[in-house]
Amino acid sequence: MKPFNLAIAAGFAAVMSISAASAADISGAGATFPYPIYAKWADAYKTQTGVGLNYQSIGSGGGIKQIQAKTVTFGATDAPLSAEDLDKFGLLQFPTVMGGIVPVVNIDGVKPGELVLDGKTLADIFQGKITTWDADAIKKLNPETKLPSAAIAVVHRSDGSGTSFNFTYYLSAVSEDWKGEVGTAAAVEWPVGVGAKGNEGVAANVQQTKNSIGYVEYAYAMQNKMTYTDLVNKDGKRVAPTAEAFSAAAANADWHGTPGYGVILANQAGETVWPMTAATFILVYKKPDDAAATAEALKFFDWAYKNGGQMAAELAYIPMPEAVVKDVEARWASEVVGPDGKPLFAGS
Amino acid sequence: MTEAALPSIRETSVTDAGRLRALKRFAAGDALFRGATLTAAIAVLVLLGGVIVSLAVGSVPALKAFGFDFLTTQKWNPVTEKFGAIAPIYGTLVTSLIAMLIGVPVSIGIAIFLTELCPYWLRRPIGIAIELLAGIPSIIYGIWGLFVFAPFLQATLQPWLIEAFADVPVLNVLFAGPPYGIGVLTAGLILAIMVLPFITAVTRDVFLTVPPVLKEAAYGMGCTTWEVIRKVVLPYTRVGVVGGVMLGLGRALGETMAVTFVIGNAHRISSSILAPGTTISATIANEFNEAVGDIYTSSLIALGLILFVITFIVLAISRLMLMRLERKQGK
Repeated sequence: MKPFNLAIAAGFAAVMSISAASAADISGAGATFPYPIYAKWADAYKTQTGVGLNYQSIGSGGGIKQIQAKTVTFGATDAPLSAEDLDKFGLLQFPTVMGGIVPVVNIDGVKPGELVLDGKTLADIFQGKITTWDADAIKKLNPETKLPSAAIAVVHRSDGSGTSFNFTYYLSAVSEDWKGEVGTAAAVEWPVGVGAKGNEGVAANVQQTKNSIGYVEYAYAMQNKMTYTDLVNKDGKRVAPTAEAFSAAAANADWHGTPGYGVILANQAGETVWPMTAATFILVYKKPDDAAATAEALKFFDWAYKNGGQMAAELAYIPMPEAVVKDVEARWASEVVGPDGKPLFAGS
Repeated sequence: MTEAALPSIRETSVTDAGRLRALKRFAAGDALFRGATLTAAIAVLVLLGGVIVSLAVGSVPALKAFGFDFLTTQKWNPVTEKFGAIAPIYGTLVTSLIAMLIGVPVSIGIAIFLTELCPYWLRRPIGIAIELLAGIPSIIYGIWGLFVFAPFLQATLQPWLIEAFADVPVLNVLFAGPPYGIGVLTAGLILAIMVLPFITAVTRDVFLTVPPVLKEAAYGMGCTTWEVIRKVVLPYTRVGVVGGVMLGLGRALGETMAVTFVIGNAHRISSSILAPGTTISATIANEFNEAVGDIYTSSLIALGLILFVITFIVLAISRLMLMRLERKQGK
């Protein structure tokens, strides 16, 4: 009996010490899109500071629910909350990184970047108004490319996602029909096509189905060596999806003037801008119940802003412009306060 | 307790008091045991009740907003917050039906082979293979379905079906192209594979309970194997077989991950079973995470309630079937 009891006691002590260690970790939940980079940052941050990050990538909607229920220190969302909602719950919202969404196709003989589409055509394809690849609208944009007279197989996300939110936001911005008949949301009533789960599902479906089109995050298109298309942006210029084109979208946006930095980077003006760019956001309480935890979280994101750019680029994310970071950190210092009214973030 | 021990107890003087004490201890132990098992049994009821109540309460806003239309409309639009459940209900029933149509005969066939015809040395490997199939997590079936099975169907079975039935009325609508690879039929086929080990394992076990003397008597009268199965084994094991089938059907109705990967997740009812569709559990799994707003969330919970009701009806029907069968037998 005795050694058995001892073993139990030892096991119990071990569990206690593990939970004691994780009590100091920063807890967050939400968007799946930034999960890979948050995980990478968290890893590097832990080796430097000993403070870990426990991030549950349960989706933006889940992240918003969790932060409202105060079960986590920060929530993460791809679709920014409105100023109204932020005020209602006393939340502060700030962007962390950006990424791009790219249309991907699978047509025999068409190479990455060979095809070009404009927003209206893309919307019409996803609405089932353009049904074959040799339709006039596509031919006009691609006089040089040989396109089959095959039916277009549309692939979209089946799960609610920030990617779909940003994609449908862009289509609503460029097509009145789309705006009126489908709209913008994390999940919409797709007029045509098959739904696939996650970026990986869309990527797999497009790669398997001849004459298909889908949309995935830039990183997925690169990793899977998929055939992306170029797009015509708001200024009427043809652009390829590159880090520079995503950054250009962020540079032209009015971050400071938008409440909660809720800038949606789709369809920004500018000659070199990729029109389907999106930022992802973090939510923290301005007067958190657990001030120490929120202070730790802000410290982590400050560290990530300063040291995380290279890691972000490796994973095909785009770091926030420096001016935006300065602005965000100034707002942390003035708006996020502890119970004593003193700011939780002292600046760096 | 041996016979020799009894008189020796009776002879000693302390026996009666000691016996009483021992009996009391036994009674207390029995009561405790009874209490513990009763608590476990009640816990199940409480859990079930809790699930029903929370599903019912959660679905009130949706049912209030849409009323009976929720069950009959096909619209599923998160943007305008208009929801109807008929497409996922249809998908759930059709995929389960396909799974049963294929899964039940194959499973029972396997069970018959294993118990009646299989050489001894082969029984064990096949049995283990089936148990292993049951142990594979559904996500693996889903990924395999998406990356291996769906492309295979797209290249082989689906074009063949479209072509073969192009001129046959009714069937040409049921098997109308284009072959996406994924779709209602693919989901049904994956489900058939997934329910197979469950039905097989149960039916094999009940087939083994048939007394050999019954079968031997039938064989002795010159029955063929088919006749023995049909007239002796199946009637004897009816209840168990129906139970196994219901277990499989329950799994098919509720299966989530594998279906989500291969069904195409489109909120539409298509006449063709090659077209994409959706099921109740796939819809919930896909959309619950990112559902915002009361009506949207509530509609998804209402879907859960509907699945619960469907499962309940299926169970009730199977009970009824068994009762009918037993009455026919004059039991």
